[in-house]
Amino acid sequence: MSDSIRGITMPKWGLSMKEGKLLEWSVNEGDEISKGDEIADVETEKIASAVEAPASGKLRKIVTENDTVYPVGALLGVIADDSVSDDEVNAYVEKFLAEFVPPEDDDEEEVSASEFIDINGLNIRYVSKGEGDDTILLIHGFGGDLDNWLFNHDDLVARTGKKVIALDLPGHGQSSKSVGDGSQDFLADTVIAFMKAVGVDKAHLVGHSMGGAVALNIASKQADMVNSLSLICSAGLGKEINLEYLDGFISSDSRKQIKPFLQQLFADVDLVTRQLINNMLQYKRLDGVTAALQQIKDGFIEGASQKKQFNDVLGSVSKASVIWGAKDQIIPASHKDNISGGNVEVLSVADAGHMVQMEAAKEVNEAIANTVA
Amino acid sequence: MARKITYQQAVNEALDQEMARDPSVIVMGEDVVGGQGSPGEMDAWGGVLGVTKGLYAKHGDRIMDTPITESGYIGAAVGAATCGMRPVAELMFIDFMGVCLDQIFNQAGKFKYMFGGKAETPVVIRAMYGAGFRAAAQHSQCLYSVFTHFPGIKVVLPSTPYDVKGLLIQSIRDNDPVMFLEHKMLYTLEGEVPEEPYTIPFGEANLVREGGDVTIVGFGRMVHLAAEVADKLAKEGISCDVIDPRTTSPLDEETILESIENTGRLVVVDESNPRCSMASDIAELAATKAFSSLKAAIQTVTAPHVPTPFAASLEDAYIPSVDQIEAAVRKVLK
Repeated sequence: MSDSIRGITMPKWGLSMKEGKLLEWSVNEGDEISKGDEIADVETEKIASAVEAPASGKLRKIVTENDTVYPVGALLGVIADDSVSDDEVNAYVEKFLAEFVPPEDDDEEEVSASEFIDINGLNIRYVSKGEGDDTILLIHGFGGDLDNWLFNHDDLVARTGKKVIALDLPGHGQSSKSVGDGSQDFLADTVIAFMKAVGVDKAHLVGHSMGGAVALNIASKQADMVNSLSLICSAGLGKEINLEYLDGFISSDSRKQIKPFLQQLFADVDLVTRQLINNMLQYKRLDGVTAALQQIKDGFIEGASQKKQFNDVLGSVSKASVIWGAKDQIIPASHKDNISGGNVEVLSVADAGHMVQMEAAKEVNEAIANTVA
Repeated sequence: MARKITYQQAVNEALDQEMARDPSVIVMGEDVVGGQGSPGEMDAWGGVLGVTKGLYAKHGDRIMDTPITESGYIGAAVGAATCGMRPVAELMFIDFMGVCLDQIFNQAGKFKYMFGGKAETPVVIRAMYGAGFRAAAQHSQCLYSVFTHFPGIKVVLPSTPYDVKGLLIQSIRDNDPVMFLEHKMLYTLEGEVPEEPYTIPFGEANLVREGGDVTIVGFGRMVHLAAEVADKLAKEGISCDVIDPRTTSPLDEETILESIENTGRLVVVDESNPRCSMASDIAELAATKAFSSLKAAIQTVTAPHVPTPFAASLEDAYIPSVDQIEAAVRKVLK
């Protein structure tokens, strides 16, 4: 069998993904495609996104039907050059289908992948992947959890060869819903204690939104624990913030109420699927979440502005990147212009909003990989 | 969220967590401890199907066995609720409602209204309902439409373990009388349930499947049959909204009507006998509030107007089937 044949398979986005629904292809049989091109739309239980071409070449065959669910790893299409005959392509497909075994519904794998550790009396959930000496720590934003890194976590392990850890901040995800005094220092101190508890003396910090301010605060408190900073649509670099979003997100308790707020997170509002709304409501309906979010917001906002700016901290970090979705409706992308001095790469992604690490995962992962290199 | 537990375990966990959180929550009923007054955990079977097993060991005398006198202990639970407790009384089988109905609809359901809003009655009455258990005519009925008829009583019909836990916690914290009805054939159903306590508001339907051609409204166990039919027909290109109202009182009319306005075709699946049922209630809703959207006559799929048969073959024929639901969907599409 020729090496010049490449199968396109159903990707695995995050721990819990077992299957995805192929909605439609954005390319046709016979089209030339380049590695990294978005070639098909897939919807999962958590989110909708695009399948990227695993290699460059001609899309010789599509073996799927639209609006149909396929397991992770299932063959979707075949890439090969013209030098490969149709018979060889067909033989590849037949062989793949004959040998393919869908992943088993194995909940234990999921459970063991997600770990819990006691930090100052709080139960903190985290997921650690990869085995490198160097560590990257992913810190999500307000109202988020470690699943916000669905399209980044595995890819960063593959790109960098480093250990990559993502955690749920207090009040978020499956971590304890108690948030101390709700201050920014409480969050930073908890993450510092977490790093020490899991044996990470120094890490490349990657922070999204409020998680960016947490990373900056850690750098200001414990510069010796920070290798580099990658800040994505980050708080802590200016005063403006969409207060209507924060208040709306906290007070919403129904699908109808929360949907318009969640849509503000994305440039492409279609990414706010029914399942994404359901998952968010399930989180918000856990005991203590509303109070925790309100407390964190109060620790973070004064009047209508962000309380703390860390622009000088950023200038003192040995290496940093600032990444923004140009269509961010939560924190203005113009805050990336507030940076002066230091070794800071700035990246603006045109067609992405506040959740740029989901909407443009490839660009964001590349930028993070460059920062931690 | 990765952890899976059963529908039955979800009931137990909700009771356990609420008893731990709030000392005014008590559990009472026939055999809910199961040891006939024995002090030992060994004898504590936790009800006929073991749903409340383990609660006695954790919460002691706050879970109590009662005499086999529904009229007495349901009345006691209602009275305790008006005096500051949050009792969860187990009626075992909903079919036993006949002997304690006055305590529920004529007393508990009316206190707030008759005492000028000054009396709260935060009582939850749990009961098993539904056919398929080979338990014959006196232990197999649905009867939720009876309680839905009474103002002042909320009626909850969870179909999944996730909904069981969130809705039971909501029921216990609610200040009005709540009938919390569990389909006995769903007790072994597994699903993902968060370990932490959480609530689901009443009157919020769950859209179990999303499609544009036909609206199927199902109740309790019928939700799963409706979803099975929707999945089958999706392969033929027929897409169905499957709506699980989750509570019949209050009822999320908005979600149902919005769906009908979109599809123009309605099938209601209700395991009850057909007269004065949820099926006829939802059909009435559509006919009076969405008539101009309807493109076909409404179809209902229900049990026939007979008591639940004991003969297994007849019981199977009595319960609405996926074949009947599929035929109804095809009929509204004609």
